[in-house]
Amino acid sequence: MKDEQKLQVSAIRNGTVIDHIPAKNLFKVIKILGLVKMDKQVTFGTNLDSKKQGKKAIIKLSDKFFMDNEINRLILVAPEASLNIIKEYHVVEKKQVEVPDKITGISKCVNPKCITNHENVIPKFKVISKKDVALKCLYCEKITDEDNIDIIL
Amino acid sequence: MKNKSLVSIEDYGKNNILKILELAEYFEKNPNQKILDGKVIASLFFEPSTRTRLSFESAVNKLGGSIIGFTDAGSSSVSKGESLKDTIKTVSNYSDLIVMRHPLEGSAKYASEVSDVPIINAGDGANQHPTQTLLDLYSIKKTQGKLEDLNIFLVGDLKYGRTVHSLLMAMSNFNPVFNFISHPKLRIPAEHKLFLDNLGIKYYEHTEFTDIISKADIIYMTRVQRERFSDPMEYEKTKNAYVLNNAMLENTKENLRILHPLPRVNEISEDVDTNTKAYYFTQALNGVFTRQAIIASTLGLI
Repeated sequence: MKDEQKLQVSAIRNGTVIDHIPAKNLFKVIKILGLVKMDKQVTFGTNLDSKKQGKKAIIKLSDKFFMDNEINRLILVAPEASLNIIKEYHVVEKKQVEVPDKITGISKCVNPKCITNHENVIPKFKVISKKDVALKCLYCEKITDEDNIDIIL
Repeated sequence: MKNKSLVSIEDYGKNNILKILELAEYFEKNPNQKILDGKVIASLFFEPSTRTRLSFESAVNKLGGSIIGFTDAGSSSVSKGESLKDTIKTVSNYSDLIVMRHPLEGSAKYASEVSDVPIINAGDGANQHPTQTLLDLYSIKKTQGKLEDLNIFLVGDLKYGRTVHSLLMAMSNFNPVFNFISHPKLRIPAEHKLFLDNLGIKYYEHTEFTDIISKADIIYMTRVQRERFSDPMEYEKTKNAYVLNNAMLENTKENLRILHPLPRVNEISEDVDTNTKAYYFTQALNGVFTRQAIIASTLGLI
């Protein structure tokens, strides 16, 4: 099994490996992290078997390291994602996505009558559930749950 | 509370609520005081609401302040496509306080972020209407002599009614028991029940409007709106199933008072109006004193 995984996605020398992304959200993660515009090498695999998640996806980025606040933007689509920081083919650090208490931007508010969907206002939320992510809009007070998250780029 | 906007009832904790009610009592005894002399209050109604607007304007006039503003968006620069931010920024140059009503939810919170003067939310869509809640509380305190340990019945549209949700939040500071009476489709939302559960507040849900009201200290009636139902037949049936009439009040408690945020349609029969337990018109008068208290307190004049 380990050998198969290795074949599917090749190793990188320096960079970041993002693992445990839900397969269905891979392209959202790519969008959120702005990988489309990146000039570094990017490899990704999806629909890989995962005991924990069923089908998972993985992204390998050469010579790219993230700040915590960039990574925390993933909480809405990949709350269980883990990051392996690679230096000279070795994992030198592991990080988990951390769900913050407040979120600015990232998602739109689900409520079509919310001011944030009508004027140029950056949506702000209080995170009221970290497990099944649920966000309470600090403007209209309505709750945006996981199924209704609409990522802003 | 000075210079602090009133956007949501959650902005006022228990102590601030009690302070406003005390002030309202003071203004009821001494309604005409020129403490707003030289102050300009902007009254921005981006959607019409005659009752709320007149109540605010009456409060300002009794305090000797002057009013600028508009009564609907059509007669303002909004019709030229100006953003809310620009309108608020401009008007905050001309006034000491802004009272605003807007159809979009969260608009008052946003206005409070861009304004240089305090904002009082006079209703932002279906979200919040905190001055209504404070006047409801004032009415409850005045008729019951206290806010603690009351049995409060909420009837009608408990799902969408913002007055219901804000009242529930505010009254939760005072150890109440709630009884919810509504059509199954208009039940109180799960998030509010969770809120009560977390505080250990007792509540009971009913779908029939029966003699259980004999236990009530307060019955808070609300209007069932036609647009909540896709089937007009169902609306007609529901509308008529939750009507309070005079005969139903026969075995109710002596201290019971009936509140309604108004306007009513048919959910309270007119034969109730002359019953001493009917309180909804006095409730509207209390709105003036409560708003006097809120304005004076926000401007730090008292």
